[in-house]
Amino acid sequence: MSNEKSIRETELEIIDEFALFDSWDDKYEYIIDLGKKLPPLAAVHKTDDNKVRGCQSTVWLAASYRDGRVYFEADSDAVIVKGLISMLIRVLSGRTPDEILEAPLDFIKEIGMTTHLAQTRSNGLLSMVKQMKNYALAFKIKTP
Amino acid sequence: MEVTTGIPVTYDVQAVRKQFPILSREVKGHPLIYLDNAATTQKPQAVVDSLLHYYTYYNANIHRGIHTLAEEATAAYEATRDAVKAFINAAVREEIIFTRGTTESINLVAYTWGMANVKAGDEIIVSGMEHHSNTVPWQLVCERNGARLRVIPVNEQGELDMEVFHSLLSEKTKLVSLVHVSNALGTINPVSEVIAAAHKAGALVMLDGAQSTVHMDIDVQALDCDFFACSSHKVYGPTGVGVLYGKKALLEAMPVFQGGGEMIREVTFEKTTYNELPYKFEAGTPNIADTIAFKAAIDYVTELGRARIRRHEDDLLQYATGLISDLDGVQIIGQAKEKTSVLSFIVKNAHPQDLGILLDNKGIAVRTGHHCAQPLMDRFCIPGTVRASFALYNTREEVDQLAKALKKAISLLS
Repeated sequence: MSNEKSIRETELEIIDEFALFDSWDDKYEYIIDLGKKLPPLAAVHKTDDNKVRGCQSTVWLAASYRDGRVYFEADSDAVIVKGLISMLIRVLSGRTPDEILEAPLDFIKEIGMTTHLAQTRSNGLLSMVKQMKNYALAFKIKTP
Repeated sequence: MEVTTGIPVTYDVQAVRKQFPILSREVKGHPLIYLDNAATTQKPQAVVDSLLHYYTYYNANIHRGIHTLAEEATAAYEATRDAVKAFINAAVREEIIFTRGTTESINLVAYTWGMANVKAGDEIIVSGMEHHSNTVPWQLVCERNGARLRVIPVNEQGELDMEVFHSLLSEKTKLVSLVHVSNALGTINPVSEVIAAAHKAGALVMLDGAQSTVHMDIDVQALDCDFFACSSHKVYGPTGVGVLYGKKALLEAMPVFQGGGEMIREVTFEKTTYNELPYKFEAGTPNIADTIAFKAAIDYVTELGRARIRRHEDDLLQYATGLISDLDGVQIIGQAKEKTSVLSFIVKNAHPQDLGILLDNKGIAVRTGHHCAQPLMDRFCIPGTVRASFALYNTREEVDQLAKALKKAISLLS
């Protein structure tokens, strides 16, 4: 299924959802909830090759390419990270490689995640984004 | 809950806290509760003042200037050497070498004594609870010189298997390099027994004192260790300063480490002769300001008294262990009989990183992860732990807050 909303429209939806919360407790509760609801990644994809470096927790990210669009699936042993991945998947999965490569992903900053998560953990989040963009680039190059 | 080691009436933790300006800040809208002391300690005002005074009043390069500032800076720098000598009870000041930290101290011994003296077929013994800093340098020595690294296993309580240790010792053993107190578990190792047995087998002993120096009175002569390493920043001093203690005869016989200024006596292109101890191992302009300020930290800890500090910290550890182990799904990792104030734990169905993020959201700083001791985490078949480590300025009220925040985090995550 391709994504009918643009990346920015999806980002704005997430920003609106976060605006409903008064406190960081509520925001974390929501992220944890998203993490718990993320469908688990099939065991065949939980390989060393699919591990994302730079995270204190283990993150697996798998991508497939169908009809010119990239689809992501991911998992982690840490639930807050899973919640963050869930948002990234919502924004980036089902897009064309060019859309993914050009996405500035400002929503991460706008919901306060880069300032709220410490540098070390942000780097884990940035590693995930980088890995998703790497996949997009690889699919773009492979298919002229 | 009953506590066997009461805080002496003379230990006024609130007065102690007033000496640490950082403790009055807020994090995420909550008063900071700093429980990452095994990673680094906060600094008392006296240390901050010492740094400020140096840079505003007598900053100069040391040892060779003949002007007033250079003389004052040299005197202050060397006064720290005397303070360290007394703090760990070395025999003479020449046995105190300043480095960047414990890691560099261990590497110094590995690259000088180790590379020169460890031969093919020899063995070096470390333990399964070492910080990577006391494993990797010896792996490098073993790889380069064809020696073998042997490992003392760790039991379920987080203590060394001493029976295996004794069986590992042989005429092949050249060195036992052992952590004095485990950073990940808090275990205090039976170093006197290790040192006596190693010496009997003809091996030298290096102690990694990064975690012990802040909690216990250290007497390198009574211990009879051959090398001892520690860091200023874990003893309320500045970062970037470490200590290597070595027995004088050993240090004199060792080849030099880095070449440059300070460590030379005379240089020609044909031949260079080296300076005497301790300068032989202190190439280049050292970390003058931080080394000088380290003395303020030593004076502070000495004045409070490490035995009194330890009683306070032991009380916090017992109190915290009681509260935290009562929470749902908590398993304490490291239950050695002899421990410093480190509480490492895991929670069923909750990743340490998630717990760390949620505690941080309440202004509580703990360490999560493998604590640079991956082989130890593998031993317990866990990816990491949550580690709360207590220092002289922590309070029972902070432990209460930790338990409360942890309880909430566990219910959110489960």
